[in-house]
Amino acid sequence: MSPPNESDEKPEIKSHGGLGESTRRTFLSRLGMAGLMASAGSISPALGERSGKEQSLLSESKDAIPVTLRVNGKKYDLRIDPRTTLLDCVREHLHLTGSKKGCDHGQCGACTVQINGRRVNSCLCFAAMYQDDDITTIEGLGQPENLHAMQAAFVAHDAYQCGYCTSGQIMSAVALLKEPCGPDDAEVKEFMSGNICRCGAYQNIVSAIQSVRQNAKTQKPA
Amino acid sequence: MKTFELTRAHDNTQAVSAAAKATTAQQGAEIRFIAGGTTLIDLMKLNVETPQKLIDVNHLPLNKIDNLPDGGLTIGAMVRNSDLAYHPVVRKNYAVLSEALLSGASAQLRNMATTAGNLLQRTRCMYFRDTATPCNKREPGSGCAAITGVNRTLAILGTSEHCIATNPSDMNIALAALEATIHVRGTRGERSIPIADFHLLPGNTPQRETVLEPGDLITHVTLPPPAPGNRSLYLKLRDRASYEFALASAAVVVTAAGGKITRARVALGGVGTKPWRSTEAEAELTNQAATEAIFQKAANAALRDAKLQSQNGFKVELAKRCLVHALKLVTQPA
Repeated sequence: MSPPNESDEKPEIKSHGGLGESTRRTFLSRLGMAGLMASAGSISPALGERSGKEQSLLSESKDAIPVTLRVNGKKYDLRIDPRTTLLDCVREHLHLTGSKKGCDHGQCGACTVQINGRRVNSCLCFAAMYQDDDITTIEGLGQPENLHAMQAAFVAHDAYQCGYCTSGQIMSAVALLKEPCGPDDAEVKEFMSGNICRCGAYQNIVSAIQSVRQNAKTQKPA
Repeated sequence: MKTFELTRAHDNTQAVSAAAKATTAQQGAEIRFIAGGTTLIDLMKLNVETPQKLIDVNHLPLNKIDNLPDGGLTIGAMVRNSDLAYHPVVRKNYAVLSEALLSGASAQLRNMATTAGNLLQRTRCMYFRDTATPCNKREPGSGCAAITGVNRTLAILGTSEHCIATNPSDMNIALAALEATIHVRGTRGERSIPIADFHLLPGNTPQRETVLEPGDLITHVTLPPPAPGNRSLYLKLRDRASYEFALASAAVVVTAAGGKITRARVALGGVGTKPWRSTEAEAELTNQAATEAIFQKAANAALRDAKLQSQNGFKVELAKRCLVHALKLVTQPA
């Protein structure tokens, strides 16, 4: 992963947090931004960088079937083994590596994506079953120069440490905005209980989500 | 994971005839319907389920919730748990079902899991999920590692010397208290099965969990009209406040007038090898005053036949307190 351009990144950090230049917090925020940017980056460089060995690992299965997926508004014609989960498909075949594999059994939420606007665990979906659907991954949510409000809020509220669960947290949090979640922090915690954070950034995650909900409320016409 | 052939069913008839070629609809089935996939794909990754053929039933026209002329409700097999839980009629007339659904799993899983799939949810017994250990449910005749092993979360009601696996569903407990009916389409036509008869006790054949036969497709579930003046709720006790299976839970549907209970339906979760309807508790409550002493009598009756293992004895008292508290909450003045 190459570091993000300093000049691109600084204004984002300042505009959201106004944090000091040399604190641990700033350092971690930058790491987080790097993660967000890597997630949102173009897929072609990743393809180009693949070694021969890596490509051979992805050689076509003898059971491969033709599958057409619509991911982040883009259509992909693929040949994949029917066992391929949606998570493995977006990561290994589409090289959209923002969605993460944590437990691979629907217990941690790191793989959360949206299918037709509803959040699901992509590790428990066979990709070939979702050919009629609109799939959105973290890469389809925002771009480094134009973050989704929830991505920006996660940066501003320091809602992560290592960042591994973050794309799943954000995909869940964005879906939550359309769900019948009550106003209190306790209800946000209940609605977010399918996303585990090993670092324990829960309080800041709740703060980030509540800030987006609050802003959405105040921006609504009276 | 073993490889499989994936096909899509376009109508119910096609789904039934394709699945009827299997030799069993129970553990070891060579052909499986796949809906939300939240149980099946999980178990396929563990090689506990190794179907050769999957029939995707997500596109069947079975995703509607409709009012019935008698005042009841019909729920399509493919209705997702989240859609069922938030349906206005369910929230108003069948609160226990909405609460049970929302107490289970996570928001993501509830968006995926279906009504029919939840009826067929498999046990979380760790030995069933681990192919390196013996398990009579997974591999008949191999023995039960749970009885002599780690059994803290396992069942105390309806067990046998061959299996003590708990039915993990919350939805099923509410459906048992609501006296739901499961509607199935099979090779010999349609039939209706009261939920009390749908799941089987493990006995000598723990690999058989339901009455379903090859080709049987659950099409919908119906709920009778809500009993006039009833109140209902689901109380779930567990190791974590959210996203955890029940150690003990209670679904109660009670009609009370002037401090007297005229009708009660009680089912317990987390303690039974199947969704545990307690007609014994109901008999202790009916035509009695809504007092703690009566609730305690009902709880004692519900747990009278409990059979304890080395680590799950605490569940007797926990389940009793769970039921007593649920009855207190559901009968207290609004």
